[in-house]
Amino acid sequence: MQFEPIRSLELRGITKRFPGILACDHIDLAVGEHSVRALVGENGAGKTTLMNILMGLYQPDEGSILLNGREVRFRSPNDAFAHGIGMVHQHFMLVPNMTVTENVALGMKSTHRPFRLDLGAARKRIREVSERHELPVNPDAYVWQLSVGEQQRVELVKTLCLGARFLILDEPTSALTPQETDELIELLKKMSRELSVIFISHKLHEVKALSDTVSILRRGRIVFEGRTEDHSPADLAALMTGHEVALPCVECSDAAPAEGRGLLSVRDLRVRGDRGNLALDGLSFDVAAGEILGLAGVSGNGQRELAETLNGLRKPESGSVLLDGAELGGRGADAVIASGMGYIPEDRNTEGIVPSFSIRENLVLKDVGTVDWSRGGFLRLGPIARNAADLRERFDIRCPSVDTAAGSLSGGNIQKVILARELARKPKALVAVYPTRGLDMGAEEFIHKQLLALRAAGVGILLVSEELDEIMNLSDRIAVIYKGRILKVVPGRDATKRSLGLLMAGVLDE
Amino acid sequence: MNAGSFILNILILGVPFSVALLLAGLGETINQRSGVFNLGCEGIMAMGAFLAFLPPYFLAKTPLAPSANLIGILLAVAAGALLGLLFALVVVTFRAPQGIAGIGLQMLGWGTAGTLFRRYVGGVTGVTGIPSLPIPGLSRIPILGPILFNHNPLVYLAFLLVPVFWYILFKTPWGLKVRAVGTYPRAADSLGIPVARVRYQALALGGAMAGLAGAYLSLAQAKMFADDLIAGRGFIAVALVYFGRWNPVGIMGGALLFSLAQSLQLSIQVAGIDFPYEFAVMLPYALVIVVLALVRKARMVGPAELGKPFDREQRV
Repeated sequence: MQFEPIRSLELRGITKRFPGILACDHIDLAVGEHSVRALVGENGAGKTTLMNILMGLYQPDEGSILLNGREVRFRSPNDAFAHGIGMVHQHFMLVPNMTVTENVALGMKSTHRPFRLDLGAARKRIREVSERHELPVNPDAYVWQLSVGEQQRVELVKTLCLGARFLILDEPTSALTPQETDELIELLKKMSRELSVIFISHKLHEVKALSDTVSILRRGRIVFEGRTEDHSPADLAALMTGHEVALPCVECSDAAPAEGRGLLSVRDLRVRGDRGNLALDGLSFDVAAGEILGLAGVSGNGQRELAETLNGLRKPESGSVLLDGAELGGRGADAVIASGMGYIPEDRNTEGIVPSFSIRENLVLKDVGTVDWSRGGFLRLGPIARNAADLRERFDIRCPSVDTAAGSLSGGNIQKVILARELARKPKALVAVYPTRGLDMGAEEFIHKQLLALRAAGVGILLVSEELDEIMNLSDRIAVIYKGRILKVVPGRDATKRSLGLLMAGVLDE
Repeated sequence: MNAGSFILNILILGVPFSVALLLAGLGETINQRSGVFNLGCEGIMAMGAFLAFLPPYFLAKTPLAPSANLIGILLAVAAGALLGLLFALVVVTFRAPQGIAGIGLQMLGWGTAGTLFRRYVGGVTGVTGIPSLPIPGLSRIPILGPILFNHNPLVYLAFLLVPVFWYILFKTPWGLKVRAVGTYPRAADSLGIPVARVRYQALALGGAMAGLAGAYLSLAQAKMFADDLIAGRGFIAVALVYFGRWNPVGIMGGALLFSLAQSLQLSIQVAGIDFPYEFAVMLPYALVIVVLALVRKARMVGPAELGKPFDREQRV
């Protein structure tokens, strides 16, 4: 396969409308050879739509694409591949019940012989690419067997196998652990010597580490373009959100946690995971009123099972969970909710809300049986509507109306709906699991502020996160979970990234 | 009758009984692998059975009589493919709910076939049907010969199609695309694979197979047509696809299991064994329910997006 090198790629006046939204508004973007362009913006700014247009997945309503100065039209991703453009999507585009080789062959039309699929050729290509770019993958593994980091590598290998010399990476680090993220950044730096890259992200330290130039999108428009090295992350954050961003931290607040340890206390909890393994193996900790306990750890070490057990969604084998002196271990979710526990679940779209219900309905979901919202078996629509209007205002939920289906909102706004519901219930304790995962800085700032306000109001908070910055900024104390146990608890002000990183890897003494 | 010949009889009867289920089940496997379940299978089979029956019935006394069966089969296959495409139009292009649309197709096929039959043929009328074709040599093998090698050509064809369908699904580019659009259409779409077109193709093939299964029933098994000829076999075929975990070899196992239960109940009645007749008739169906309930949930095998329409511009 001989391709013309891609010396320049230019988008001119690209406009795309969806019903009710102007996703891209006359966007101009030009990227040269061997450069890394960061495309930065909040969720819903139009980054992904723009790249889907570039890949031929969406057709622009206006505007044109120029490759080496000549106008091209991409009617399907095949056209983009044929010109050497490839994209790694934010949600991996890998068929889970197929092998790595089959996934690559799916897009590699040269393996599609009449009456025969040439998997040998696909495997050979995978081997070449993975050796050339130092991306080890097992061609015969099924995708569902691979970790998220491995799947990311497979996506890169797949895209390169299809002949990409111009790579689009859509939030490639959003599902990765901090270690995997660092590795990926190193790898992309190496690859950028041979390829051009558009790197979509809203994590500004990654943008700083990787890109040469940066373009900032806000509400479908390019609002800034410049050299990355000339601007600090704080500048970029302000340009991205349209206002100054300062992530709050626990040290800046005056309130101190209550003395004593007793608000939420967990003792010797043993819980089985989905596969029958002991996911929590004698886990204990305490959270005081007005304290944030950060739970750091690589995901898969029992965080999910812990959160579910605390909220009555999973029965413990043994051990106890006390909230304000009342035993909750093994009781159902209704009892836990009634006892004043708040919950921000890991998967906001499937556990936090009912996506097809309106915002209004989602906001009263936990207490719909109480006299506040229903009487004699009928909903009290007036109070429910007033509640929704009030919370929309207080939590700055951006939506066309409170009758909009909650599932159609952006991730940040869905999280605000959940937060509004949980906070309006005035909980005694709150379990927040990855509360800012996948959110942009504006939403992250908002949620951090809310958590700190809750702390000041005397709520005990268990904050589960993989983001060390988040944990270190917000926590009074940090507990590190490893293989279903608390390995160590350290005061928040003593923690360093290095010490936490080692603990998360299971190393107890240095 | 001794026990040995009783069992032999069950096996000899059971193999041809399985063919209609096997043909329809193979087709439905392709449908479902592409992400669409076609509950209308039963209706397509009824149309196939009716249309296949027409040429032998009307051409019996004409010079075309020798090829009437073949014409009938081709008619049934073509009609099946067309009905499959009609179904695709409704559920792929217009994104109608597949369950309801399938039941509609079932009633359409069943009603049309029955009405036309009563209008233009009427009564229960037999045809010569497809004669059996013992395979020289092999059919003489004791026990195995009569079980496996003394049937009509469609029986052999059906069993030969099992490895063919397996090969199509797992070893050809088209099969790869079918599996991809059924499991993760968004991924297939991102690689430039036309999701809707692949589903149309799969549904046409599935429909053609259901038509062939219908033709088998009227021309080879019953050698007649009647309103209730299909008797739920189309629905059983759909259930067998789950039982067989979307794998042609598994479908074959399921079809044989069901048909052996069927032939067991017939043999019980024929042999005059003292066993309540109603329970005997119920047996194969009850077996399907029990087996389906016992089959462990298949993880990471089947088409994950089964039953869901695909819309590229719908935000996830």
